[in-house]
Amino acid sequence: MSSTSKGVLAATIALVFAAPALAYDFGRPATPGEIALWDIDVRPDGKGLPPGSGTVAQGKQVFTENCSGCHGDNGVGGLKDRLVGGQGTLASANPIKTVGSYWPYATTLFDYIRRAMPYQAPGSLSNEDTYAVAAYLLSLNGILTADGKLDRDSLPKVKMPNREGFVPEPEFDPAKLFKKK
Amino acid sequence: MGDHMKFSLDLAEPDHKRPSLSRRCFITASAGLAGSLAAGAAAADSLADVPPREDGADLSGHSERSQYVKLARIPESGPGKRNVDPADAINSKTPLDKLFGGITPSDLHYERSHSGAPDLDPAMHRLLVHGMVKKPLVFNVEDLKSMPSVSRVVFIECTGNGWENWKKADANLTVQNTHGLVSTNEWTGVPLKLIVDLVGKDAGSHWMLAEGGDAAGVARSIPLTDEILNEAFIAYGQNGEPLRPAHGFPMRLVMPGFEGNLNIKWLRRLKFGEQPWMTRWETARYTQLQANGKATQFQLRMDTNSVITTPSGTMAIKPGYQRINGLAWSGHGKIAKVEISTDGANSWKPAQLTQPALPKAQVRFQMDWVWDGKPTRIVSRSTDDQGNVQPDRKSFVAAMGSNALFHYNAQQTWSVDETGRVRNVLD
Repeated sequence: MSSTSKGVLAATIALVFAAPALAYDFGRPATPGEIALWDIDVRPDGKGLPPGSGTVAQGKQVFTENCSGCHGDNGVGGLKDRLVGGQGTLASANPIKTVGSYWPYATTLFDYIRRAMPYQAPGSLSNEDTYAVAAYLLSLNGILTADGKLDRDSLPKVKMPNREGFVPEPEFDPAKLFKKK
Repeated sequence: MGDHMKFSLDLAEPDHKRPSLSRRCFITASAGLAGSLAAGAAAADSLADVPPREDGADLSGHSERSQYVKLARIPESGPGKRNVDPADAINSKTPLDKLFGGITPSDLHYERSHSGAPDLDPAMHRLLVHGMVKKPLVFNVEDLKSMPSVSRVVFIECTGNGWENWKKADANLTVQNTHGLVSTNEWTGVPLKLIVDLVGKDAGSHWMLAEGGDAAGVARSIPLTDEILNEAFIAYGQNGEPLRPAHGFPMRLVMPGFEGNLNIKWLRRLKFGEQPWMTRWETARYTQLQANGKATQFQLRMDTNSVITTPSGTMAIKPGYQRINGLAWSGHGKIAKVEISTDGANSWKPAQLTQPALPKAQVRFQMDWVWDGKPTRIVSRSTDDQGNVQPDRKSFVAAMGSNALFHYNAQQTWSVDETGRVRNVLD
């Protein structure tokens, strides 16, 4: 953007903000109770994970009932995203990106299943079932043992195979972006 | 009363000109047979062939396109997955080859939706703004409309735009297939900065999670740089009307110059925090796999790009005068120049830009060309006002590999064979 258009934009925004100083009560306060209903995001450090737990064995059953129709038995061969395998293929001519080969954080798996899956009825799985499906997928990928179990303490500690596989674009590197201010 | 009766009489009166309707039907049929606007026009060789003037359709509440104009997006899936059932489509591409100027009609703005386009009732839709703030707030659409607004013409581009040509070039692709995931509209809404001030964002919060009200709850972490704080806004207006459902009705985030996926549609939650959330879309999805197996993450800005839209893939030209026409855009700022090569990138000439070229908006370019009838290749190359030059494909692929999938902005080459057929080629 040229300095002229930056100036114009800044002036426009300055004008915009001059007005509401007189009457700035837009919107209404949000109550803690209603925020809790929508506050579903989970961070890599585990912040946002709910109580409860789920085992690989439970997860196999939940996956068969809710997920295998699209993702295939054992997370391979379905019409939608392949979820298992592909480790060691990322530098090849035909990389296979799955939860096991590509996803850097196990917490993302919980967040995504809870917010978006199953496709036809997102949000319909209990927290226990969500932990269980995450555990099952990690076990299929050899990241968790067959008798494994996940909860809010253990999930953030799971080390994903491709955790070091990402390089931030320098302009928006989270580790450096706001440090100089 | 008298007026009312007269009105009723007029309506009831048989219209002696009604037979003209059959003429309209006839014209429709002929145009359908001819198959195109150009062929229809050629049918009137003499002015005597032009149909006489006639009374038109009743005034109406809504202007439809002419029956002779056929414009549509194309729903497609991933690279090479075309002509799919709309139920299997993941995006729908804009017919760049059939549009003029720089503004995309609202109903033809490209669409990328992750779990369909919900048709939300604005009376029931809410935006929650919370996290590291002094005062969490809930807004409805009327709240937003009552607030000071900005309007801005900006392009939005799917990061998958151009992905057909990473590995190979299908000769039968149109520019709609290769580049139809970018569009430019005028969006109207409330500056993000105003919302940030209203909730009293904590000074230690530099990241914002934006989440949609679609079934997938698409969510992205957005770094609150000065540029983004100054330019992002929550839009409820699109080309002068409320947003269309496919584009986020009743409210969406607009992030000028940044990945389409960051412009969260059906916006229902903004949460302020001190680090990115690492959602599925910023880890598993919109990251670019390099040749060495590492992936670039948070490559959020859309780069300098351009494409010739006429003549383009599957069109046919005749020797002689041609007007080359296309679109250029950059997420860095304003397009400063576009150059065109008509000899396979050996020599370049400046194209004329339709002014004003707006920052982070598509600009139309054109150039006169006389084709000598010999096979050749035509290419465009844009440069923005920050000095970024659109790369040629060989250098681009050498730097990015061919598995990145997203952020393809290499120069597009169209070949012209000795018969005038225009085809998609790599370079």
